[in-house]
Amino acid sequence: MKYYIIKRLLLTIPMLIGISIIMFVVMHLAPGDPTSMRYGLNPEVSQGARANFNRMYGLDEPLHVQYGMWIKRLLTLDFGRSLIDDRPVIDKVASRLPATVLLQAVSILLIISIAIPLGAAGGLKRGSFFDKVTTVFVFVGYAMPTFWLALILIFIFGFKLGWLPVSGMTPWYADYLPFSAKAGDLAWHLVLPVVTTAFGGLAALSRYSRSSMIEVLREPYILTARAKGLSENRVVFVHALKNALLPIVTILGLTLPALISGSFIFETIFAWPGMGRLGYEAIMNYDYPVIMGVGVMATLLTLLGIFISDVLYAVVDPRIRLGGE
Amino acid sequence: MTSFTLTMKRIIFGIFIIAVMTLTAVFAPLVAPYDPLEMDLSPEGRLKPPSPEHFFGTDNLGRDVFSRMLYGARISLSVGFIAVIISVCIGILLGGLSGYYGGRVDALIMRFVEVMYCFPTFFLIMMVITFLGPSIVNVMVVIGLTSWPGLCRLVRAEFLSLRERDFVSSAKVQGIPDRRIIFRHILPNAMAPVYVSATLSVGAAILVESALSFLGLGVQIPRPSWGNILTAGKNYLDYAWWLTFFPGIAILLTVLSFNLVGEGLRELLDPRLRKRK
Repeated sequence: MKYYIIKRLLLTIPMLIGISIIMFVVMHLAPGDPTSMRYGLNPEVSQGARANFNRMYGLDEPLHVQYGMWIKRLLTLDFGRSLIDDRPVIDKVASRLPATVLLQAVSILLIISIAIPLGAAGGLKRGSFFDKVTTVFVFVGYAMPTFWLALILIFIFGFKLGWLPVSGMTPWYADYLPFSAKAGDLAWHLVLPVVTTAFGGLAALSRYSRSSMIEVLREPYILTARAKGLSENRVVFVHALKNALLPIVTILGLTLPALISGSFIFETIFAWPGMGRLGYEAIMNYDYPVIMGVGVMATLLTLLGIFISDVLYAVVDPRIRLGGE
Repeated sequence: MTSFTLTMKRIIFGIFIIAVMTLTAVFAPLVAPYDPLEMDLSPEGRLKPPSPEHFFGTDNLGRDVFSRMLYGARISLSVGFIAVIISVCIGILLGGLSGYYGGRVDALIMRFVEVMYCFPTFFLIMMVITFLGPSIVNVMVVIGLTSWPGLCRLVRAEFLSLRERDFVSSAKVQGIPDRRIIFRHILPNAMAPVYVSATLSVGAAILVESALSFLGLGVQIPRPSWGNILTAGKNYLDYAWWLTFFPGIAILLTVLSFNLVGEGLRELLDPRLRKRK
């Protein structure tokens, strides 16, 4: 088991390097650059000043040298400084990370707690009315433009009914509230972003739970369990569900990139002070170091999620655990 | 009702909607009652609710939303189709090479696929579009260039099992060049999952395009696309619901149709599922 975990951890390093190289190359080969973004056609800024700006951030070096410099600093956890406000990238990302992690974690919990029972029940009672309703829900969920859903929810619950806050994470007066009220307020602000973030994943996961359940119910060991005269509850919950959940663990890891991708849209819509919005702003400003920082962080989160789901899979499935020794 | 008839019903429904959308998009100039760019800035011409003259109402500049939607369908559908054609070409090429040759080629391509899998793809797309400047061509190409890894894996898996078959050995013995074996002998037998995946990808590509338009990175105004009609309408949510409602429904319905056809094809083509019918 230990060997398996170490092997998986080591595998993430080349992945990270590969992803950072692609991002670096794409970013630098694209037309436009931070200097002209910042000073544009401003005649007051001389060629010399522009060259100085480039030299200060190493933008005048050839691409591979710049990448080498970036990697070297990364080893000491130094992501460089933002080209816009000169703050260390690591601080900027770190100050935004908790909001994103909170949003994603709550969404994933919501997805798991709704989608698995929904899908499993549908698979169990295949062809029933309930199954048909959830199937329709899954198809619609897959096809839903989620930013549209976000708009509709904002309109109904934010403007028409006025029940839920539609933007931000903490209001300006949050500092004056006692802790319990603060937590309640945060939960209140979480509702709409979480619902929209979770919606797409919900459809995917419940579909997989359904087909996994159907698959498992066909297995000979279920027939054996029934033939032994076990109660239907025991057959379903102990023999079938447990085995049906196995592949779901992997699927959960695979939905993470989609969730992270979604965060770039939803955090912008809901003015959520997370990494996704930071990334969006950084792109708009050609803030190279921040773009790289956000990209690396988003990748790390994805790899971490996939790593956790792989390890969980090994924990629950002895075939993998023992095969890895 | 057997699952076969249900599957067929889904496929027929999906194809019907796609056909209607495609036809109206192709013949938009004939079908559209108004010029999609023609403005009517008079107070009574702007933000008119749906009526017999303007099926989907008019927008903040007095343009007919129905006509704009018809022209917008051209953008959304062509982005969907062309992006998928690009991604299918890359996926088949890399997947085929990987599965046919195996060994080091396979290892290299598969590492690359894994990297693309874990990539925050939407972030990359946003970055490239911003830097290259938003335009319909850029959107198509970038979506195509980032959406092939899943397809590549499918093709590789097919090739891995097909290359062991007798007809491939026989082709090799006859001295037929590899290129011909890959594309003429193996590929036609490996297309089933490609059709499924490609159909599903069209829907996904349309969603990405509309999300990009929503962030202002898609097709630029005044050219209409479903995404940017919706975006322009979000400021008028309170008193002009039709501006956001109809484009949203159009996107939903189109993506849903492609998914229904794709899932249906999957069930028809998957021999494991066929046996159980």
